[in-house]
Amino acid sequence: MAEPAIDGRVVLDARDISRALTRISHEILERNRDAEDLVLLGLHTRGVPLARRIAARIEAAEGHEVACGALDVTMYRDDLRTHPTRAPHHTVIPPGGISGKTLVLVDDVLFSGRTVRAALDALADYGRPAVVRLAVLVDRGHRQLPIRADHVGKNLPTARSERVGLRLEETDGIDEVRIVELEGASA
Amino acid sequence: MTRHLLSIDDVSADDIAKLFATAAEMHDVQKREVKKLPALRGRTVINLFFEDSTRTRSSFEIAGKWLSADVINLSAKGSSASKGESLRDTVLTVTAMGVDGLVMRHSASGAAHQVAGWLDIPVVNAGDGMHEHPTQALLDCYTLQRQLGGPGSLEGKRIAIVGDLTHSRVFRSNVKALGKLGASVVAVAPPTLMPAGIAEWAKADGFATSYDLDAVLPEVDAVMMLRVQRERMSGGYFPTSREYTVGYGLTRPRLGLLRDGAPILHPGPMNRGLEISPEAADAASSRILDQVSAGVAIRMSVLYHLLAGEESA
Repeated sequence: MAEPAIDGRVVLDARDISRALTRISHEILERNRDAEDLVLLGLHTRGVPLARRIAARIEAAEGHEVACGALDVTMYRDDLRTHPTRAPHHTVIPPGGISGKTLVLVDDVLFSGRTVRAALDALADYGRPAVVRLAVLVDRGHRQLPIRADHVGKNLPTARSERVGLRLEETDGIDEVRIVELEGASA
Repeated sequence: MTRHLLSIDDVSADDIAKLFATAAEMHDVQKREVKKLPALRGRTVINLFFEDSTRTRSSFEIAGKWLSADVINLSAKGSSASKGESLRDTVLTVTAMGVDGLVMRHSASGAAHQVAGWLDIPVVNAGDGMHEHPTQALLDCYTLQRQLGGPGSLEGKRIAIVGDLTHSRVFRSNVKALGKLGASVVAVAPPTLMPAGIAEWAKADGFATSYDLDAVLPEVDAVMMLRVQRERMSGGYFPTSREYTVGYGLTRPRLGLLRDGAPILHPGPMNRGLEISPEAADAASSRILDQVSAGVAIRMSVLYHLLAGEESA
């Protein structure tokens, strides 16, 4: 999960983020023709406001509401035993459920792929979507699992010694993506 | 969070808030078709009950299973403990089988503390004699908090705890937990069921005491009835059951003294007609069944926070 960055260089500003989300929204619509059976699920923490923004854009384009929820994957992570426990965030599955739906998982930064793996496990406990797709604002590479995103706001090749710091208006008061060099980080 | 949960002293107000937040998510699992989370997959929890229990033991069992742990139940009856084996040998033997967590109930106050000192795995006290029952207090407070308006809603509230205070570990744990969440407690019991030295204790822990239930009921935001523990009484605490009910039972007429909608709690099992009337137990404001379902959520939360994290913990 990206923490608020305080230094480093800005690679996406508010307008870049807005444009990327608009493009992702249109891509999702193009892939699904109508948004009737579409469910967007944001991954906590910053995937949730991103999913809401995408839903709002699709609603504006289509003229009807898009089911949008939030998914917490804490309990499904494979690194639970290597960190202190933390309280899970609130998972919200839209009233219609997810079975038989076209489900788009939305996250901020795609990195190792382990969060998405955990999310796929979590989804299996809530129902059986017809299709699951993945939309991310930033893909920074360094995958550890065979997972790729269907919709990417920005491909951002990074070194392992760098960190992608993403901040959003809803959670941090500003929209921006920065690349921060970690001091003393080993590649 | 501390390593073990032996007493409410082990958790701060912040810890309780964290446990409640997690419990709220666990509560949602109960509504799901697949009631299972993988957080404790591959872990083994043993429920070691030296004293009879239905709801606490099954609640811990369901909690462990819904978190995907392997749960083993052992009761002292019919086990080697009934053949004269010492507590230490019994506990060391069962935990030597690769167990990751121990949930224990014992009739001796302090038994869980003692056992925790012998083991390097987390121990949860599921009731020790007349000492403490921390998960019951947590689930009571969690139920009340949800009922009274969510996080922070116990602040400034006045809660009556009524009944057999002398023998009640639920009372001892609840006084501490409610205090940590900002509620004030008034403990109501006949003089014979007030613990010795309660005046100094009440002063130190900041709660009030009363012998007059009728005077207390109109001024409280919720009432917790306690079970009259006949099995712990050697007699002489009150002349007859009828007399106890007249003085301290939550009878139908007394229901009218409570503020509208004030939640009624009881840790169970209930002696209907003794400490609580059927009308009170089944009243719309009775939260007794909510306590039971909250019990699973709270125990899931406790097991998760004690067992899921860092392996070196």
